[in-house]
Amino acid sequence: MTSLVFPAAEQAAAAAATGPAAYAWLLIAFPLLGAAILLLAGRRSDSWGPALATGLSWASFGLGVAILVQMLGLGAEERGMRSRLFELINTGSLKLDAGLLVDQLSISFVMLVTFVGSLIHVYSLGYMEHDVDKRRFFAYLNLFVAAMLTLVLADSYLVLFFGWEGVGLASYLLIGFWNHNPAYATAANKAFIVNRVGDIGMILALGMMFKTFGAVDFASVNERVGGASQTALTLIGLFLLLAACGKSAQFPLQSWLGDAMAGPTPVSALIHAATMVTAGVYLIVRSHAIFDAAPDARLAVTIVGAITLLFGAVVGMAKDDIKKALAASTMSQIGYMMLAAGLGPVGYVFAIFHLITHGFFKAGMFLGAGSVMHGMDNQVDMRRFGNLSGAMKLTWATFGLGWLAIIGFPGLSGWWSKDKIIEAAFVGEGWRPWVFGLVTLFGAGLTAFYMSRLFFMTFQGKKRWTDEVHPHESPATMTVPMIILSLGSLALGAILAMVKFPEWLAPVTNGGHLEHREPVLSIPAIQIATFVLMALGIAVAWMKYWRDDVPVVAPEGNVLTKAARADLFQDDVNETVFRAPGAGLVEVLDDLDRGGVDKVAVGGLGGTTALLSSKLRRLQNGFARSYALTMLAGVVALLGAVWVIQ
Amino acid sequence: MNTSFPWLTLIGLIPLIGSVVLFALPAGLADKAKQIALGFSLLALLATIGAWTQFNYGSGEQFQLTETHEWIPQFGVSYALGVDGIALSLIIMSAILVPVCILAAWHDVPEGGSREKQYFAWMLFLEVFMIGVFAARDVFLFYVFFEAMLIPVYFLIGSYGGPRRQYAAVKFLLFSLAGGLVMLVALIALYFHGPGGTDGFLVERLTGLQMSTTAERWMWVGFFIAFAIKAPLVPVHTWLPDAAEQSKPAVATLLVGVLDKIGTYGMIRFCLQMFPGASEWATPVVIILAVISVVYGALLAIGQTDLMRLISYTSISHFGFIVLGIFAVTKTSWSGSSLYMVNHGFSTAALFLIAGMLIARRGSSRILDFGGWQRVVPGLAGVFLIAGLSGLSLPGLAPFVSEIMVIVGSFSRHPIAAGIATVGVVLAALYILLTYQRMMTGPKPELAEGVRDITGREKAVVAPLIALLLVLGFFPKPALDLINPAVDKTLQIVGVSDPAAPAADGSAH
Repeated sequence: MTSLVFPAAEQAAAAAATGPAAYAWLLIAFPLLGAAILLLAGRRSDSWGPALATGLSWASFGLGVAILVQMLGLGAEERGMRSRLFELINTGSLKLDAGLLVDQLSISFVMLVTFVGSLIHVYSLGYMEHDVDKRRFFAYLNLFVAAMLTLVLADSYLVLFFGWEGVGLASYLLIGFWNHNPAYATAANKAFIVNRVGDIGMILALGMMFKTFGAVDFASVNERVGGASQTALTLIGLFLLLAACGKSAQFPLQSWLGDAMAGPTPVSALIHAATMVTAGVYLIVRSHAIFDAAPDARLAVTIVGAITLLFGAVVGMAKDDIKKALAASTMSQIGYMMLAAGLGPVGYVFAIFHLITHGFFKAGMFLGAGSVMHGMDNQVDMRRFGNLSGAMKLTWATFGLGWLAIIGFPGLSGWWSKDKIIEAAFVGEGWRPWVFGLVTLFGAGLTAFYMSRLFFMTFQGKKRWTDEVHPHESPATMTVPMIILSLGSLALGAILAMVKFPEWLAPVTNGGHLEHREPVLSIPAIQIATFVLMALGIAVAWMKYWRDDVPVVAPEGNVLTKAARADLFQDDVNETVFRAPGAGLVEVLDDLDRGGVDKVAVGGLGGTTALLSSKLRRLQNGFARSYALTMLAGVVALLGAVWVIQ
Repeated sequence: MNTSFPWLTLIGLIPLIGSVVLFALPAGLADKAKQIALGFSLLALLATIGAWTQFNYGSGEQFQLTETHEWIPQFGVSYALGVDGIALSLIIMSAILVPVCILAAWHDVPEGGSREKQYFAWMLFLEVFMIGVFAARDVFLFYVFFEAMLIPVYFLIGSYGGPRRQYAAVKFLLFSLAGGLVMLVALIALYFHGPGGTDGFLVERLTGLQMSTTAERWMWVGFFIAFAIKAPLVPVHTWLPDAAEQSKPAVATLLVGVLDKIGTYGMIRFCLQMFPGASEWATPVVIILAVISVVYGALLAIGQTDLMRLISYTSISHFGFIVLGIFAVTKTSWSGSSLYMVNHGFSTAALFLIAGMLIARRGSSRILDFGGWQRVVPGLAGVFLIAGLSGLSLPGLAPFVSEIMVIVGSFSRHPIAAGIATVGVVLAALYILLTYQRMMTGPKPELAEGVRDITGREKAVVAPLIALLLVLGFFPKPALDLINPAVDKTLQIVGVSDPAAPAADGSAH
């Protein structure tokens, strides 16, 4: 049997960047400049700022296309290009330049981020038209694009961390964009703080890499993996997984994503669906050399992906808030990607493939949800929607393509990428292919059910909205991006499969060519099973949410429904296990510090303080004198000592 | 490199003259006191930059810009100055912070008159000793500056602070004096273990001495207690929150941003350089105290209801990181700790001074007296957030680079301690973001009268600090180039080299 693990050394070392790739730093600089101008110019830029920000985002996309074209003209081994920007740290033992790495993997992300990101800038011109702080919103969007591009273009884990935290900051600012609503301010804090828990993993991984390899840049780490102990590699892998769990809302750090829907809907589409939340998957795939050599860490990645996949699907089945249902589905879809990344060389490329197609159809659906909210006075309760297909034909059609794509309807984008993950999950020996394969298969059925439920509750069945709302189609700035993204839902999967995107990516993600392995079930059997489960999911949703009337008040539901509505009690667990005891500890320590430490730990000194301070208060005018006396005493002691000794 | 021009004396002399001028200022000119103070502090900054240009990065000597004069030859005391990159970076930081603080303190003494002129005179007087303590190359001279600076601080807190200023000032003084006296005993003992003579207190005479293990350890303890109180390290930190709460923001900035660094600087210069054996012996205890400081300071910060106290506890947490890096004794962790001392100065200054602007507008330093202020003063809220983010070590702002260097550098020797310290990273997000949430978010409050957003003078205070935080956040090279040769040199004296990474050379496949 051939080994699943490709030696990392096969990967061609990246050459110095030439041509457009040498200007890769401009990809980051354009939107960063936009953010700086809009924030510093203040209200003066209210009129032209949003358009400038949108233009700069497109400029990054344009340069990205130029780099992609350049790369397509190069041989497979010349596509990785590094550019050194400046020396970041050099302590003699830790030497690190700030540098960028342009290769197949990073350019794929550049295209996704700048294209979807620019479309969402355009959409926001319409969606945020009447917001008084529109300019600040565009500044933050630009900041996000710059940080996300830093994350994917970095050539070392430390520079990646700059982007990693940068997107976290942008996410925090945008979730809390309407933070005059206290609940939204709390949601923003929750996102940042849960992400920080994940960041512990990133920092420990950096520490462990430096301890093990003496370096933290991708090239050195990949090259030196062979010399490291199994324990060290497994630890690094687990630390990276912790980081990925925070950013990608994977179990057990998933609790922030639902609340993050407090942000304006374009933000949910760009940051909390299409791009930032997939950064964890990127991190795992980028670190494939470590995970290839640490099978235990990889297994942990797969298990986390499998749990989150089901977790998100279960929560998604019970949510009536359209954005929260979409957020749960995002969590579940990223679970698929994580699971695929954990499968190793058979899964890496499909994790990224699914990440790209998901970016299009999920962003499209979020924009569709925003369009629905726009026409429905910002309502989000799907029990108050129904039969919107007539009033909002474009939104209905574009959302419909996204729905068919995510449930994996044959021929649409999601089918090309997700079915590959399901097939890859059935590869392997022993219990694993059966467990992971069946989880992905079962998950496909659940996805079909909850996404059809969402689609039918919103657009089909009987109208349930009240008379004071007048649903209407959104303006062209909003619908045009939706149409473009829906074309992606329709055809991007087929196009990418046709141009052999997985094979093109393989030199980076697999350190070589793509290897085909036979799953434990035949591929047609898997495809038929997937299709049958999908059809079942649609059918059940059709019966309950299209054919039958949907009550406007949610029925009480059974224990499972209640649990799913409460996000499987994730917040209660966090409250009981972490927050409440933490708050108690802080209170006790505060009491201790105000009296205790002075009196107990410092002993006599503190006691003397309390005693003397009352007396010295009366002596305040003479205190300088007593101080001088003390000094004098010191000098006298010195003189005395000298005299005695000599 | 010996330069004929006494740069370091000049840097100290300028604020000394300034403070004498201010004390002697006739009543008729008292309303010009702050302008005069600002002028002298800017001159001192210019002289500091002049000294920086004369500093040779490639010199083989430990100290540069040296000046040596006999002072009390009978007891081996000299007036000897000289700096390495670590000391010079701290002097530069101090020289930048003083004018910024004076500008921030513009309206601190609204009644004006002689009280106002004395306030600024004490500040300049304090600067003299801040420069002196980092520039001293004679251990006794260091001690004199170390103790003498208590006088201006005592008056700045005790005469110009909040309602409990007397209590805070006396508590500060007692803790500092206690530490100082213990150090005095230790340094006298050290002198008698040295070669003696007319210049027996010079740092270079007292480095690399042969002494008994017991004597070395006792002297180490004497120095360390003084520096641990100054830094401050848990459990001898309790003077700091009181002092910071009762001080004016500008004074709190100098207290926490500059004076506390004497503790961590002293640990490198004296504890490790002069007593490497004892330092190694004490390392486990110090590392544990440092990690406790990181977590304890952060937890206490979360629990504070007063903004000034909160900021002072965040500093206790950050000083824990600095001490951790120092006692991990690796190139990266030392470089990180030294850089952290500088970065923390700017970060804390931004936090304290912007907090002061908010407190002046609200008339209260209670966090819960705010709420929804982002809609009242959007500009101040914005810069407060940036200052806060630097306090939670966000990448892109100066403290991050130093903190990650401390953690990564310490990890290679003490992975468990460094691992526990990373909890401080999460707690930092809590204390900063919860504070921002309570003060700035929520519905716009109903205020009796209009509140002005950030003024021109305030922008001049904040702009240089944020610019420095951003520049050093992305491009720490200028500071690291200054610090690293000093780190290498001192580590060579201490005689410790970095642990080797097992897979550093890679391996053939």
